[in-house]
Amino acid sequence: METLLAILIGVLFFSGTYLILSKQLIRVFLGLSLITHGANLLLLMSGGLKGGSPPLISENSSQFTDPLPQALILTAIVINFAITAFLLVLSYQAYKKYQTDDLDQMRRNGNE
Amino acid sequence: MNNLIIIPIILPLLVGMILVLFKNKIIFQRVVSLVTLVGMIVVSIYLMNTIKNDGIQTLQLGGWEAPFGIGIVADMFAILLVLTTAVVATCVLLFAFRSIGEDRERHYFYPLFLFLIAGVSGSFLTSDLFNLYVFFEVLLVASYVLISLGGEKRQLRESMTYVVINIISSALFLVGIAYLYTVTGTLSLAHLSSRIAEAGQDYLITTIAILLLLVFAIKAGLFLFYWLPGSYSAPPTAIAAIFAALLTKVGIYAIFRLFTLIFYHQPDVTHVFIGALAALTMILGGIGAIAYSDIHKILTYNVVIGVGFILAGLASFTYDGILGSIHYLMHDMVIKALIFLIGGAIIYITGSSHLKHMSGLIRTHPYLGWMFFIAALSLAGIPPLSGFIGKIFIVKGTFDQSLFWIGAVGLITSLLILYSMMKIFMNAFWGETILDVNEEKGSTKGMLFPIALLTLLTILLGVGAEGIMGYIEIATKALLDSSLYIDAVFNGNPIP
Repeated sequence: METLLAILIGVLFFSGTYLILSKQLIRVFLGLSLITHGANLLLLMSGGLKGGSPPLISENSSQFTDPLPQALILTAIVINFAITAFLLVLSYQAYKKYQTDDLDQMRRNGNE
Repeated sequence: MNNLIIIPIILPLLVGMILVLFKNKIIFQRVVSLVTLVGMIVVSIYLMNTIKNDGIQTLQLGGWEAPFGIGIVADMFAILLVLTTAVVATCVLLFAFRSIGEDRERHYFYPLFLFLIAGVSGSFLTSDLFNLYVFFEVLLVASYVLISLGGEKRQLRESMTYVVINIISSALFLVGIAYLYTVTGTLSLAHLSSRIAEAGQDYLITTIAILLLLVFAIKAGLFLFYWLPGSYSAPPTAIAAIFAALLTKVGIYAIFRLFTLIFYHQPDVTHVFIGALAALTMILGGIGAIAYSDIHKILTYNVVIGVGFILAGLASFTYDGILGSIHYLMHDMVIKALIFLIGGAIIYITGSSHLKHMSGLIRTHPYLGWMFFIAALSLAGIPPLSGFIGKIFIVKGTFDQSLFWIGAVGLITSLLILYSMMKIFMNAFWGETILDVNEEKGSTKGMLFPIALLTLLTILLGVGAEGIMGYIEIATKALLDSSLYIDAVFNGNPIP
């Protein structure tokens, strides 16, 4: 399970990097989203994956899940959500001003 | 336990939230934000003296003892930076009253400014790695909005670069946190320090240290500064000044904290690497500063050089080097705000940021000219101004460690700084006066007061160094002896 998740995280980072390198604004932002998701999954893995046990210590259960990484991910997801919303508004404003979502053309127009 | 140390975080945060409700009452917003920042100054000075007398102050939030709860820790290093932040922010705020424009004031400039300050002081005071990430995001989100506030074409484009770069570095920060938690099983800085000291810093932990170094290098503009010149020249002067004074410094603070408290066991790898990056930063920043003839560009490249200089002191990892770095860090916050404000005032008068379009301002604006001259000398490190003391200790530290190349690069770069600043001084202030007083694009009425305050501060930090040096020595001792920090956080409890 850990290996599978590690491969998934790698794929997320790989495709995120690929998307960031493209010229279209919206693809860059999707790439950023993918990378942050990869980071979140990595946080999940940092506590170790133990299936089926609650994040509580009781007298009869022998193992428990570490609740801290989940709290961290929750925080990270909320922050990422807010920033994604801001980015979308920013890119819409930029699109309205520049009449294009191509980063190369934006650079050319900005230097006029 | 000292409840007072959370005040520099929650005061601006709460006041900012309240100010959001009073969108159109501009005078009210101005007065309240000014009072808040002055309150922060008073609290920081009080805390500074408490720490001097009673040692490091801590607060375990919710009553959960370390390492289970999230702690706030104020050691001398952190509180000195909080104090400087509050002072610089007050001056920039006074400048903003005159220059920022009613439109931005109506659109939540003051609340955002206070949120930024809350994030900055939170980053200085927290003692938990994940909490550091959260406070970084608080200040970054505020800065995202401030940098794009107004929505000019150029601003939108530059803020895009800024946001994208910072999101990537935040994602890498999370990756670093995840790795560190996997290896050590804790995120409290004091606990991390004691665990790594116990188990030894092996190659895996050094790799994680380098990853975290890269994250903060992006945020501090250490070597990876390519986003910085564009982003810092797009927003209006007051916002650019507070960015230049504070934002890179938070990254520098994080590097200092991590590499003195936690990852200090392999200085021949990590600290020499930091030194190499610092030297490269100074060289590249120096080249940038002398290459351009646009005031914005020259000043932003000077920000880059400052980052390199401060971290050269850390790279030496000696008492003198760190002492110099802390003094230089405080000086740098003051002086970067100062030169950005003066540069902004020049641009405000002439209506252009290019040196070709300005000349002979000393005749119409003598005070501005001489204050710029003082700022330039202080920046280059001419005694008795504030830049000198920090520089001499940093250079001494690097020479003591036989890292001559870093010290030499620092000294040569100081000459480049002097050249770039004198270029502005001679072009803008000397020569024929081409602008009549009546032809000027804007007046500097009310702008001179905050500039004069900051100039006075840079003189005081240099001439009155004896007064502040006692505090800086305490800060240096606490940075070099990690057991002080750990003992203060655990407060005599057994370390699990």
